[in-house]
Amino acid sequence: MAAAESKKQHRSPYSPALGLRLLLLAGLSILIQYIDHRDNHLDAVRKAIGATVYPLRVVVDAPVSAWRWLGDTTASRNQLQLDNSRLNTERLMTQARLQRYSALEAENARLRDMLEARTRVRERVRVAEIMSVSANPFRHVLVVDKGTNAGVFDGQAIVDANGVVGQVIEAGVASSQCLLISDPGHDLPVEVNRNGLRTIARGTGNFDQLDLPFLPNNADIEPGDLLVTSGLGGVFPSGYPVAVVDTVTRLPQEPFALVTARPSAALNQVREVMLIWADEDEEPEIPISEPEPEPEANQPVDSETGSDTGDLTDESTPETGDETEGETSE
Amino acid sequence: MSDARANGQTPIIISLVVSLMLAIAPAPDWAEPFRPDWVTLTLIYWSMTFPGNYSVGVAWIIGLIVDVAQGTLLGQHALAFTIVIYVTVKFHLQLRQFPILQLTATVFALLALYQFVLFWINGVAGVNAPVVAYWGPVLSGTLVWPLVSIILAGLRQRVRR
Repeated sequence: MAAAESKKQHRSPYSPALGLRLLLLAGLSILIQYIDHRDNHLDAVRKAIGATVYPLRVVVDAPVSAWRWLGDTTASRNQLQLDNSRLNTERLMTQARLQRYSALEAENARLRDMLEARTRVRERVRVAEIMSVSANPFRHVLVVDKGTNAGVFDGQAIVDANGVVGQVIEAGVASSQCLLISDPGHDLPVEVNRNGLRTIARGTGNFDQLDLPFLPNNADIEPGDLLVTSGLGGVFPSGYPVAVVDTVTRLPQEPFALVTARPSAALNQVREVMLIWADEDEEPEIPISEPEPEPEANQPVDSETGSDTGDLTDESTPETGDETEGETSE
Repeated sequence: MSDARANGQTPIIISLVVSLMLAIAPAPDWAEPFRPDWVTLTLIYWSMTFPGNYSVGVAWIIGLIVDVAQGTLLGQHALAFTIVIYVTVKFHLQLRQFPILQLTATVFALLALYQFVLFWINGVAGVNAPVVAYWGPVLSGTLVWPLVSIILAGLRQRVRR
């Protein structure tokens, strides 16, 4: 069929048989998709192509950032003074709250130590700016302007001032793609702040709704309950607010209740997000002289584990799991 | 007929880059479902006009770039582009003869085919989305096609020269 096809119109567009090329490329695409869907073997390819897209993103983002810069530089003195005083008040209030918080943290660490549970890791945050959001309506992905050169890694948690936003799915050199918690493919292990009930919050493809699909009808949950990350998935640190329960519909004929929640973070309005690193080397300074000088510095807390977006059950919990490994060898 | 490979192709490359930028530019939420498939439209035009230079191979590579830019399954847009451009190149002689209305109708069919391939792959890969969402880009793409073809025809004069 190859020879018959090559008509000699002009510059014969069918040079090595168009149909053959179609079959080759289609087969290649399907193969690539298969590999990409199974594992993450193609990360290097993605990164290479992503590097070529990066300049385009910068150009596309330029008018927006220029507009912001213009707004910042031409802000009136009056406005600045207002802002300044407002921020000062805010800072005072936050600091007051923070004092109490640090006392509570120390107390918490002490209590946990008494229970011989591992102290919670401290976190370090860094602000990143959003460069663009995904044009694909079926995936809630955004791109932030920090990459591996700033220490970003796959699976890193991202929050804004009000709650969890998502996680990094692909850390490029100078920019990273992040999956939002509202993506239909994103599952997030949460617990109800009021009673510690653990469940999973699933994205719906809608920016202001999450589903809690696995709650039985008799679960103790009601509208207004705050959901926080449980930390059990190994990707997100525990204790960050995720969503507030919106509606609870109990269906006697179904095994699970219909529960929806509204994300605390303004997922479609954020402009700046915070990347979270778990700081392990820095123990909370508590004056406790326990006679166990064991090296605590080698637990791998959610650093490389969470590169996959959706599943969460297969990772051991960082709170309890890794503790004994170092000791059993002796 | 001068397909000057060295210098004459710049407008085409620029138009493709611009279409990619339009595809990743931020848009307000209400407009997002109706973002036309700029890259598809541009590719259809150039493969119809210069099927020797812009055929399935170029479409495949650009598809990969779109896949990375949008964070979809690697190869998804590449496959969709390849199929659509195959049809375009196959019938490029007829397409060139079509009056604008008939051509627009054909572009509608091509865009629908494109979205169908995406829909099909999404279904296999388990990405669920409302079926209605696939029609927005098809409709808006058909509406902007006359505009796109006029702009690109202007560029084409420069390529020929």
